[in-house]
Amino acid sequence: MIEFVDVSVTYDGAAAPVLAGVDLQVPEGELCLVVGPTGSGKSTLLRCVNGLVPHFTGGRLTGTVTVAGRSTRDHHPRDLADVVGFVGQEPLAGFVTEGVEEELAYAMESLGVSPPVMRRRVEETLDLLGLTELRGRPLATLSGGQAQRVAIGSVLTAQPRVLVLDEPTSALDPQAAEEVLATLQRLVHDLALTVVLAEHRLERVVQYADRLVVLPGDGAPVRVGPPTELMAASPVAPPVVELGRLVGWSPLPLSVRDARRAARGLRRRLADNPEAATAAGPAATVAATGPVEEPLAQVRHVVVRYGAVPALRGASLDVRPGDVVALMGRNGAGKSTLLKALVGLVEPASGDVRVGDLRPARSKPSTVVKVVGLVPQEPTDILYADSVGAECAAADREAAAEPGSCLALVRRVAGDVPLDRHPRDLSEGQRLALALAVVLTAAPRLMLLDEPTRGLDYGAKRRLVTTLRGLADAGHAVVLASHDVELVAEVATRVVVLADGDVVADGPTAQVVTASPMFAPQVAKILAPGPWLTVTQVAAALPAETPTMRRFSRRVAAEVTFRRGGDPTAEDAP
Amino acid sequence: MMRLSSDSTRQVRSLRPAHSITLARTLHPGAWWVWAIGLAAGASRLTNPIGCLLLLAVAGFVVSARRSRAPWAYAFGGFLKLALLIIVIRIVLQALLSTESQGVHTIVVLPQIPLPSGAAGLKLGGVVTWEAVITAFDQGLQLATIICCIGAANALASAQRLLRCLPGALYEVGVAGVVAMTFAPQLVADAVRVRSALRLRGYDGRSVAAVRRSAMPVLEGALARSVDLAAAMDSRGYGRTTVDRRATRMATAGLVIGGVVGICAGTYGLLGSAGSGWMGLPTLGLGCALAVVGLVVGGRRTGRSRYRPDPWALPEWLVAGSGVAAAVILFLLAHAHPGAAVPPYPLQMPEVPPLLLVGALVGVLPAFLAPPPPDRVVDKGRPR
Repeated sequence: MIEFVDVSVTYDGAAAPVLAGVDLQVPEGELCLVVGPTGSGKSTLLRCVNGLVPHFTGGRLTGTVTVAGRSTRDHHPRDLADVVGFVGQEPLAGFVTEGVEEELAYAMESLGVSPPVMRRRVEETLDLLGLTELRGRPLATLSGGQAQRVAIGSVLTAQPRVLVLDEPTSALDPQAAEEVLATLQRLVHDLALTVVLAEHRLERVVQYADRLVVLPGDGAPVRVGPPTELMAASPVAPPVVELGRLVGWSPLPLSVRDARRAARGLRRRLADNPEAATAAGPAATVAATGPVEEPLAQVRHVVVRYGAVPALRGASLDVRPGDVVALMGRNGAGKSTLLKALVGLVEPASGDVRVGDLRPARSKPSTVVKVVGLVPQEPTDILYADSVGAECAAADREAAAEPGSCLALVRRVAGDVPLDRHPRDLSEGQRLALALAVVLTAAPRLMLLDEPTRGLDYGAKRRLVTTLRGLADAGHAVVLASHDVELVAEVATRVVVLADGDVVADGPTAQVVTASPMFAPQVAKILAPGPWLTVTQVAAALPAETPTMRRFSRRVAAEVTFRRGGDPTAEDAP
Repeated sequence: MMRLSSDSTRQVRSLRPAHSITLARTLHPGAWWVWAIGLAAGASRLTNPIGCLLLLAVAGFVVSARRSRAPWAYAFGGFLKLALLIIVIRIVLQALLSTESQGVHTIVVLPQIPLPSGAAGLKLGGVVTWEAVITAFDQGLQLATIICCIGAANALASAQRLLRCLPGALYEVGVAGVVAMTFAPQLVADAVRVRSALRLRGYDGRSVAAVRRSAMPVLEGALARSVDLAAAMDSRGYGRTTVDRRATRMATAGLVIGGVVGICAGTYGLLGSAGSGWMGLPTLGLGCALAVVGLVVGGRRTGRSRYRPDPWALPEWLVAGSGVAAAVILFLLAHAHPGAAVPPYPLQMPEVPPLLLVGALVGVLPAFLAPPPPDRVVDKGRPR
C-alpha cells in the first residue's frame, strides 16, 4: 500500500538530512506505529506519505514514495486526497467550515463527488464515528475528543485507503484519547484501512500496532519490524515494556494483560520487599519533610466564574513546602482555572486564595512572580525574545537576578541549548525547560505547571521529573495539572482529582491513583495489589542482575545526586 | 388502480416540503440578508425617530422569533450595544462641535474655545441647543437602526453561511472570507491569552512595551495556524478540480469587472441626485447582465460539487419579498410625505402616517412566514 524506497529528506538550510535512506513497506490493512524521540523526523515521515513533504514544506526529497501505485513525485497532496487522509495534531487548526456536517462534506466537495453520494457518505460516517448527536453543532463548541473524531471523519468521507495521523491524542485527556483510539481500532478491523500513526504516549497504542517504525534520531538507521522485537531495544518505551526489559521477560509484553500474566513470579518476589516502594517513590519526600509545616498556599472554597458559567465551585486545597501536587480530571474540570487562581490570573468570585500572606489577584504582578510562578500550557506565551540568550538576559533583568542565573537553570534542566536559536525552533522539551527556567529565575517558592508533558518524549519527561523532585526537595512546592498518569506516578506526592469544578479526591498518590482504573499507571495495574507505581521503584527493590537493571539503579543514584544539587544529565551518561 | 392513480395525482399536486412555512428548517441565508438590507435601505430614508424605533423593534422581534441556538445567533445584543454607543457619540460630538445656527432653545452654555480662522463653521464648546441635540439623536438613531438591521441578518444567518452560497466562480473569495472570519476571533482569543500571560512575567499588561512584547507570540501563533490550515486544505483536495485555462480566466475576469463597473455607475446614476435618472437604469441592467454571464462562465471552471445546498423555495421568496416590499413602501413614503420621513422641526412631535405603519408591519411578517429553525423545535416536539 505504502512504499518508501531509499527516501532521504533534507530541509532547506539544514546541514543534515532529517530522514536518511528509509526503506519501508506497509501492506494494506495494517496499523503502523511510528515512534522516536522529538526531532527524529516522525512528522516528516508522515508528511511524506501524502506528499506534503516536499510539495508543501519545501526541501529536497530523494528516493521514491508510492501510495496505492501513485508516486508523490508527480502527485500533489490534493491529488492524493482520495487515497490518503491526513489528520494533524490540532484538529481545530485544520477545520475549514463551521459546522460538523459541512466539515465532513468538505473534502468530497473539493473532489466533485455527486450530491446523492455525498449525502449517503456523510450519514454513514456520522454513524461509523458516533457523531450523529453532533451533526448540527458548530465546530467551535466541540470538546477535544469530539473535534478529533470529526477531523478523522472529515478525511474518511473521501474514502481514502490510508489514514495518516500525527499525534492525534496528544491534546486530549485520557478518556477522549481512549475514544479516538477505539475509533481507530474499529476502522482498522472493520474497514481494513491502513493506518500510519505517530504517538508519544506509547502506553496508549503500542499493543494495537502490527508494525513498528523506530526512528532513533541522530542519523542512526530506521528500523522496521514487529513491535515485540523492536521494543526490546527502542530508545522510547512505555512502562510496561521497561518493566519487561528490567525483569527480562521474553516475549516482551506490550499490554497490561500480557504483562500481568507474566508477572506472577515477580509479584511474589516483590511481596518480600514492600518497604522499597516507599524508599524510591515520590512519597519519600513526604516522609522526609513531614506534614507539620505551615501551608505555602491555601485555597478556601473558591468559586471562579467565566461569565455565568462556574469553572470552580468551592474548591479547597492546601499546598505545603515539599509537596508535588498533581491535579487530575477531565478537560474542563477546572484544573487550569485553579492554577490561574493560584497565580492571580483570575479573581475568585468568592472564597479566598492565599500564597504566603499574598492574595495573588489583588497584588502587583511584579510581587506575585517572586512568590508563585506558572508555566502555561503554551510555554511560548511567556517567551517574547527572538533568541534563547536574549530571553535569559531579559529574565535575569526582570528578576534582578545575577546575570547568567537563568541560563544556568536552562542548562541544569535541559542540558546544552544553543543560545542563538529562536525559542519557537527549540524542541518541545527544550522550550518547556526555557519557560520553566524563566519562571524559576524569580525564585518563587510555589511552582505551577499546566499540562507540562504535551508533546514531550520519554527522555524529556524524565528530566522534568528529576527537576521537579529536586525543587520539592529544596523546599519549593509544585502543583501540576496533568493527564499523564505515568508522569504523575513518578513525580507526585499527592493527587487531587477535580470534577466539575470541585475536589472529589485528595490524598497520597499511591492511594488515589490505584483506586481508579482510569488514573492507575501501568505498573500499578500489573503489580496490583502491591504498592508499586513505577519501574524505578521495582528496580530499587530487586537486586541488580541484568544490565538494564544496573542502568536503572544508576538512574536512581543520579536522581539522588541531583536532589543534592548535582548534575542531572549524569543519568544519560553511559 | 383508481385509488392508486388518484393518490399519485394528489402527490403530484402537493407542495414540495421546502415550500412549507411550518416545516422546521434553516432558511436560505440570502433571504435573511435581502430582508435585512431591505429594512436598512428603508431606514436610510427615515430620520423620523418613531419610524426608526419601529424598524428597530421589527428587527428585534423577528430575531427573537426565528434565531437558532448557534453561537452567532446571540450577535444581535452586541449590535444593540454598538448602536447605543453610536447614538451617544453622535450627540456628544454634535453638542461639542456644532455650527452656530442651531435653533434657539438653549440647554447649557459651555465655555467656548476659540479656534483659528481656518476652521470656519466649526466651534468648540459654546451654546448647546435642544434642536442640535435632538437632530443628532435622530441621525444617530437612523445609523443605529441600519446597523441593527445588519446585526439581525448576522444573528439569523451567519455571514459564513452566506459566503457558502456564493456562485462557483467566486469560490476562492468565499473561502478567503470564511477563513478570515474564523481567524479573527481566534486571533483575539490568542491576544487575550498572551496578554494575561504577561502577568506571569511580572508585567502589568497595560504599558506600550507590554503590548509590543505580546504582539510577537500572537502573530507567530497566527502564522503557524494559517500554515496548518493550508496544509489541511491541500491534503483534503482543495483546488484539485479547477480547470485552469488562461482564456477562460481572462474572460471571466473581464466580464465580472465590466459588470461591477456597470453596477456601480448605474447605482450612482439612480441614487445620486446630480446624474440623470434615465441613464441609471439601463447601465445598471447591463452591468448586472455582464456580471451574471461572467459568474456563469467562471462557475464552469470548477468541478466542485455542493453538499446540501440551501433550497430557495416559497418561504425564501416571502422573507426576501417582505424586505423588498418594506423598502419600497418606505421609499414611497419619503416621496409622498417628505415631512414625515425627515421631520423638518426636531422639537415637534413627528408625524406618523399610516404608510409608515404599513411598512413596519410588512417588515415583521418573516417572524410568522419563515419556518422555525430546527434546533429550536426538537426539544419541544419530540417525545422522549
